Amino acid sequence: MADEDVAPVTINRREMLKRVAALLGGSALVGQAALLAGCERAAEAPPATGAGVGLFTADEVALLDEMADTLLPETDTPGAKAAGVGPFMALMVSDCYWPDDQRVFRDGLVELDERTGAAHGKTFMAATGAERLAVLEALDAEQYAATQARADGEPPHFFRMMKELALLGYFTSEIGYTQALRYAETPGRYDPCVPYEAGERAWAPHA
Amino acid sequence: MLRGQRVAQETFDAIVVGSGISGGWAAKELTEKGLRVLLLERGKNVEHVKDYVNARKGPWEYPHRGERTVAMEKAYPVLKRDYPLNETNLDWWASDRDSPYTELKRFDWFRGYQVGGRSLMWGRQSYRLSEYDFEANAQDGVGVDWPIRYADIAPWYDHVERHAGIAGSIENLPQLPDGQFQPPMPLNCAEEVVAERLKSHFGGRRRIIPGRNANLTQPLPGRSPCQYRNACWLGCPYGAYFSTQSSTLPAAMATGRLTLKPWSIVTELVYDRDRRRASAVRVLDAVSDKTTEYRAPIVFLCASALNSTWILMRSATDVWPGGLGSSSGELGHNLMDHHFRVGASGSMPEMADKYYFGSRPTGFYIPRFRNLFGDKRDYLRGFGLQGGASRQDWQRAVRELGVGGDFKDRMAQPGEWRIGATAFGEMLPDHDNWIGIDDTRADKWGLPVLKMHCEIGENEKLMRRDMQNDMAEILEACGVSDVHTFDNDYAPGMGIHEMGTARMGRDPKSSVLNGWNQVWDAPNVFVTDGACMTSSACQNPSLTYMALTARAADYAVRELKRGNL
Repeated sequence: MADEDVAPVTINRREMLKRVAALLGGSALVGQAALLAGCERAAEAPPATGAGVGLFTADEVALLDEMADTLLPETDTPGAKAAGVGPFMALMVSDCYWPDDQRVFRDGLVELDERTGAAHGKTFMAATGAERLAVLEALDAEQYAATQARADGEPPHFFRMMKELALLGYFTSEIGYTQALRYAETPGRYDPCVPYEAGERAWAPHA
Repeated sequence: MLRGQRVAQETFDAIVVGSGISGGWAAKELTEKGLRVLLLERGKNVEHVKDYVNARKGPWEYPHRGERTVAMEKAYPVLKRDYPLNETNLDWWASDRDSPYTELKRFDWFRGYQVGGRSLMWGRQSYRLSEYDFEANAQDGVGVDWPIRYADIAPWYDHVERHAGIAGSIENLPQLPDGQFQPPMPLNCAEEVVAERLKSHFGGRRRIIPGRNANLTQPLPGRSPCQYRNACWLGCPYGAYFSTQSSTLPAAMATGRLTLKPWSIVTELVYDRDRRRASAVRVLDAVSDKTTEYRAPIVFLCASALNSTWILMRSATDVWPGGLGSSSGELGHNLMDHHFRVGASGSMPEMADKYYFGSRPTGFYIPRFRNLFGDKRDYLRGFGLQGGASRQDWQRAVRELGVGGDFKDRMAQPGEWRIGATAFGEMLPDHDNWIGIDDTRADKWGLPVLKMHCEIGENEKLMRRDMQNDMAEILEACGVSDVHTFDNDYAPGMGIHEMGTARMGRDPKSSVLNGWNQVWDAPNVFVTDGACMTSSACQNPSLTYMALTARAADYAVRELKRGNL
């Protein structure tokens, strides 16, 4: 849901916790990128890396993969590329974004290379890890400011879209769910109050 | 085959139209009392457990991780208006294209056309109405008086709660009567802190209690207790929440007296004007287009509020152009919902060393406190608040500044505690909120569609101020930080609590149904779903439909045996 479309019903139906989380976080529920976007391809099986996906060529998917992997790199848990985030982003933009937002996103992909070129004299793919990170940090600060200032009806900043889709793709992937987060498909009990030590990973809810 | 051609006639002791919460109860009660029952469902069959095909899936097993595609938004122009449009249980939401309707004013109608109806996806919050609610219309001079009082329905609440399995706590609150509860699902630590602090504010009149929900905390025959997956709306492999499939249908089937027919659209009740009875139910096969008539001395309309009224409007039109029940002038009128999407939330940074395990399929409830016990506002009636506390998840990352490995690892940890609630407000019955037949359009099966004319009034608008400010006041009084109110706007229907349009009453001149849910003009027709509601109260209504259905079924069988039907 969009920022202002805070979780309705909570208890009323649907998964209470999830909705309350959205309500309480007031979070822009990622992936309601659907509210942003679109084209009309039928849903397909999750794409494999190395192939074109929807509106995106194999090279563009690879670029998305590297961008996402810079945003969410391997730490002591796998990174975005291992979780298949590039192909996922391409699928979501192709299937879930409306044309205006597809355009913003695709222009953003070109701009990603242009920014890298202006700052470091090379394409994003050719840039070093540190250079890539510097480019994303600058874009992140820019999208953060743009989002705060954004008026109704204005398109979102392209890097906001990329960040949103990368986070959704990563944290709902099997790797994200079971390695970055902790997942118990069938918890079997409810402990309403347990100690929490800083650094412990969050429990992922059921889909 | 020609549409409308009659191919067969079959006879039963009772016919139940609709297999959702109300219809499932009617089938169970009537079969258990010895009747041979035909249960008609307009949509497909959904078999318990076997057809819960997504119940075990992780989000990565959906192509779009559960989110909506543009193709889905185009196919579901109504459903897309709120959360129901999603990839995980799309098969259980009715097609807006096949079943359109006309909005003279915006009305969000989110429907479930399959065996089990919306009992498969419902929110499961289960609260009794109280004596205050049954007296409200008479006291305020709004609408008409309920023909029953709390004492009439109380034993039937007992009856349905025992079989459905409602988790809840005993609270001794006159405005929210206790029931036959299983142990409650407890408040979590943040909720507990706030609930405790709240006791010493507002004269103790505002209370945070565990939500009362139709999820088992103890086993019932054939059903396991909740496993705290909070994935109810995918169908529960444990049968741990109440649905037609988990609870009423197996009971009815066990009698050996139930016939279930999916794909059966009731086009009209055939009316015998001499006997003043419905003599048959005419059914269109949704797949083959064949028409069949079924006969029975008793018919229960449980097709969901607006669909039951839609059937009445198409019946006995040779006697009353407005349909069966329209002699009152009230058929289709007094449409209600609960207005909501307004409340407040805040954060509790001091709870950072606390967490929880498992996903609880409920939250907390704050029972109504307005216009009760001497409180008097500039509007009538009141609202309850439904909410919860939880730690933020990775979704907060979208709004936070940050990229890179540290950011990723931080976002994989729980965020701060947030607590908040959404209010559900009573909507007054109003003759000007109505549905009717739109003769200019037909649905996929050739039936003229409904048109909707409904909006909230001044009373609801005044109430909405309190609905957010009172919650903010509660949170602030209890030491919650960073408190914000919200009003995300509301359109009638969004609550998915459609009520009214065939109200119960004491006088056939101003009501469609009597105190036993019988259509005044056809006493062998009982309407026991949301259509019958005389006022909406502010409590989630499904438990009341269950109780009214069981009560009416008991009466119907007694009347049948006395030879009165």
